[in-house]
Amino acid sequence: MPRLSADARHRVAFVLNGRAVEGQAEPRMLLTDFLRHVLGMTGTHVGCEHGVCGACTVEIDGVPARACLMLAVQADGAILRTVEGLAPEPGRLSLLQQAFRRHHALQCGFCTPGILMSLDNYLRDNPDPREDDVRIFLTGHLCRCTGYVPIVAAALDAAARLREMKETQT
Amino acid sequence: MAAASGWLGRSIERVEDAALLTGRGRYIDDLGVLPGTLHAAILRSSHAHANIRAIETKAAAAAPGVAAVITGAEVSALSSPLVPVLRAPLEGWPIAVGRVRYVGEPIAVVVAADRYLAEDALDLIDVDYDPLPALVDPLAALEPGAPTLHDKLGSNVASDRSFRYGDPEAAFAAAPHRIAVDIRYPRNSCTPIETFGLVADYDAGEDAYDILANFMGPFSLHAVMARALKIPGNRLRLRTPPDAGGSFGVKQGLVPTMVLMAIAARVAGRPVKWIEDRLEHLVGSVSATNRVTRLAAAVDDDGRVRALDWDQVEDVGAHLRAPEPATLYRMHGNLTGAYDIRNVTVRNRVVLTNKTPSGLNRGFGGPQVYYALERLMQRIAGELRLDPLDVIRRNLIPADAFPYRTASGGLLDSGDYGRAIEKAIDEGGLAQLLAWRESARAEGRVCGVGLTAVVEPSVSNMGYIATVLTPEERRRAGPKNGAQATATIALDPGGAVTVHIASAPQGQGHRTVVAQIVADALGLTPADIRVIGELDTARDAWSIASGNYSSRFAPAVAGTVHLAALRLRARLAHSAAGKLNVPAEEIEFVGGKVRARGNPDNAMPFARLAASDHWSPGEASDGDHVLRETVFWTPPQLAAPNDADEINAQLCHAFIFDFCGVEIDRDTGAVRIDKYVTMHDCGRVLHPGMVAGQITGGLAHAIGAALYEEYAYAPDGAFLAGTFADYLLPTATEVPAPLILHTESPSPFTPLGAKGVGEGNCMSTPVCIANAVADALGAATLDLPLTPTKICTLISSREGAAP
Ligand code: FES
Ligand code: FES
Repeated sequence: MPRLSADARHRVAFVLNGRAVEGQAEPRMLLTDFLRHVLGMTGTHVGCEHGVCGACTVEIDGVPARACLMLAVQADGAILRTVEGLAPEPGRLSLLQQAFRRHHALQCGFCTPGILMSLDNYLRDNPDPREDDVRIFLTGHLCRCTGYVPIVAAALDAAARLREMKETQT
Repeated sequence: MAAASGWLGRSIERVEDAALLTGRGRYIDDLGVLPGTLHAAILRSSHAHANIRAIETKAAAAAPGVAAVITGAEVSALSSPLVPVLRAPLEGWPIAVGRVRYVGEPIAVVVAADRYLAEDALDLIDVDYDPLPALVDPLAALEPGAPTLHDKLGSNVASDRSFRYGDPEAAFAAAPHRIAVDIRYPRNSCTPIETFGLVADYDAGEDAYDILANFMGPFSLHAVMARALKIPGNRLRLRTPPDAGGSFGVKQGLVPTMVLMAIAARVAGRPVKWIEDRLEHLVGSVSATNRVTRLAAAVDDDGRVRALDWDQVEDVGAHLRAPEPATLYRMHGNLTGAYDIRNVTVRNRVVLTNKTPSGLNRGFGGPQVYYALERLMQRIAGELRLDPLDVIRRNLIPADAFPYRTASGGLLDSGDYGRAIEKAIDEGGLAQLLAWRESARAEGRVCGVGLTAVVEPSVSNMGYIATVLTPEERRRAGPKNGAQATATIALDPGGAVTVHIASAPQGQGHRTVVAQIVADALGLTPADIRVIGELDTARDAWSIASGNYSSRFAPAVAGTVHLAALRLRARLAHSAAGKLNVPAEEIEFVGGKVRARGNPDNAMPFARLAASDHWSPGEASDGDHVLRETVFWTPPQLAAPNDADEINAQLCHAFIFDFCGVEIDRDTGAVRIDKYVTMHDCGRVLHPGMVAGQITGGLAHAIGAALYEEYAYAPDGAFLAGTFADYLLPTATEVPAPLILHTESPSPFTPLGAKGVGEGNCMSTPVCIANAVADALGAATLDLPLTPTKICTLISSREGAAP
């Protein structure tokens, strides 16, 4: 770890959704604030800033993490993915995003980016999860609108379609 | 009714979702601000009750990046207190002026170049407190000699009113049984995942404020804010962002902070942005009321209820903020629930304590009322050894009685409660659930079944809050009634259709349903219609009832959109008649075309007709330029309270019958919901997917209220639920998939026959779960939340007692 001085700004550079980005941050700046207000990537949301709600979840070096519990400078040199990186191209949605839309798995959409990031990662490692496993996995996220039922349905539906797609590809 | 093509009633994908799923939502904190915008942080009281001797702000004002520090002194110099609904000597400032009355009350605002610097400076402010005794228990606040929060009031009772309908004394005297319940309903809140946020600006040249906020209405509060800021309404421009991260009523509670930050912007001379953090939200934003209720019934041997006697003590916290005490009066016309009970007496007291001020919250008064009423119905069955279902059935309002006027003045629009219940029992499998309970009990497991029937009111009468005033006071204040809903449909020069609504959506999908309605009326597809959900009081049509509360979207707003679309269609048909040479009655709108009925070749594209009065107004028939249609609609059934204090507080009344089975872990005290069945009659269903979403989301809130959530206070007024690790929300493992059933009794009072559906389960589910737990434990008295500790105490006190 390089030594940082508390009252200076430091250059923070990482790969975000496949592109190199950089900006200036004081050591105390949260990664959420850096993503949202320095880089303008407002898709990552802030619901509690104390690590409980999961709205701020992003993927860091392949692992889901709470951006509100990290400093921007800690992400220097890492590979990040955020909700803005999930869709294959503008105007198209990923299978998981499509499943969310079909099942009405979002209402206000504020919790959604974090849940999508977690599930996107989870379904890669767990292509054929049981409903109970999905529920337990989702306990790391708070949603106040949906009652979770359609989120679970969307996750299972997306898993099935991802499997189908894999099968047709092989 | 909608055209036969029928977009409405289908669960189409929402127009909102593509943006929200890709991180392209536009919530308040995602919007750009003017260069030079400052950021605010609030210093909040650590004392529940104290006089403030002095506030030392010099060091903070000199701290790096700080532009201004604002305290009660500046605020009281530049504004007036927020006026309460009651004429009572209450000091309604948005910040402490000389005294703090709850933990979390704002004491000072720092505005600085960024939020980090503003929070740094908060640490440099010194407050010299002179602590006073704190009041947490609303009954203690009633005691003579109790410390008072607002000295000029002379006590802690802001209002004490008694009501009498029918002949309750005679009914109680004649009835063989008097059965009562005592309830302490806790404080909780629906805590949207997006917190409050705003950007305020002041133009000194025009003495005008501009506030962009994720406020959700009711916009009657615009008048309260303008008055506090000492300007006419046309100098207060309120705007809402395109997206908002949930509200459930809670974001009404932004009002005091909107006024506070408007003053901060004025003092700083620059725009001020404030995004509430979660800790602030929990400790200091707004809460549902807690309530102490004693409810007694005069009952016949067979369980028929002849009269009710309500005694409600409503705890609104430290300030009575408009529209409170609305939580207490929203249900005033519905105190008899789904039952035909003609004799009622009520005493309502509104009490101030050292807690966060209360405000709107999903269910709004319904949870408190139905918890008492439906616990009582179960107690009646228990005491008279009757089947709880029979007690419900025997008291129901009969199907041929609608529209039914309740004893206290509510007008129940439509329904067939008996049929809905029989259908639920049958399709939901109540018999199997009872059999499950018996066999589980035979194995020694602790299981119970709960039932509840409730009427879900929706679309608030703007006059109901006046029921808190005496008829004499109401006469002096002037009449208040109705509920203006509005919609505007505009045609652009390309013939495309844009709809503006004033319902301040918070994620429910209003824009999708509006597109469906207008597409049906004009023979277009929802994709052809653009719907604007954000509201700007300087530009859009709106009125005091505008906003997102009392489940008014489907019955009132969607209905008004429908009326506007029909009116626009009629005017377009008139215009097309001249162009196609057929009478207007022969014109139809189908598949993007306007054509002569029976002669589809005599047609023109819709867009061409819709654009024509932009390009060739000289050709307009009868000089009617068809460019835009704005409709205001208010239902005549929403009259002001009469001299007998009868009030129809809400326009629509949906019906819900729920039952559930729970199993309790004897060792841990955990409650597991094994099955939940919820039958709804919300009139016509406009979008089944969204209706299911409202029901399931409401159920989740209610499970939280029943089992986990409480805005708890220590005896000294310290707040005990300050993080999401202390205030526990249900997660995916705590919310079972409910079986949702429907019957449809369209409302005769709304344009589309729809009724509200957003709040019902917050009313029915807490008590349904409590009834199941009471059944499992043989408990008579039970207060929420039913935490493991509470359950374990009940289990140990029951050991040895007869079930
Ligand atoms: S904002 Fe990071 S967990 Fe809630
Ligand atoms: S969709 Fe609103 S919080 Fe989850």
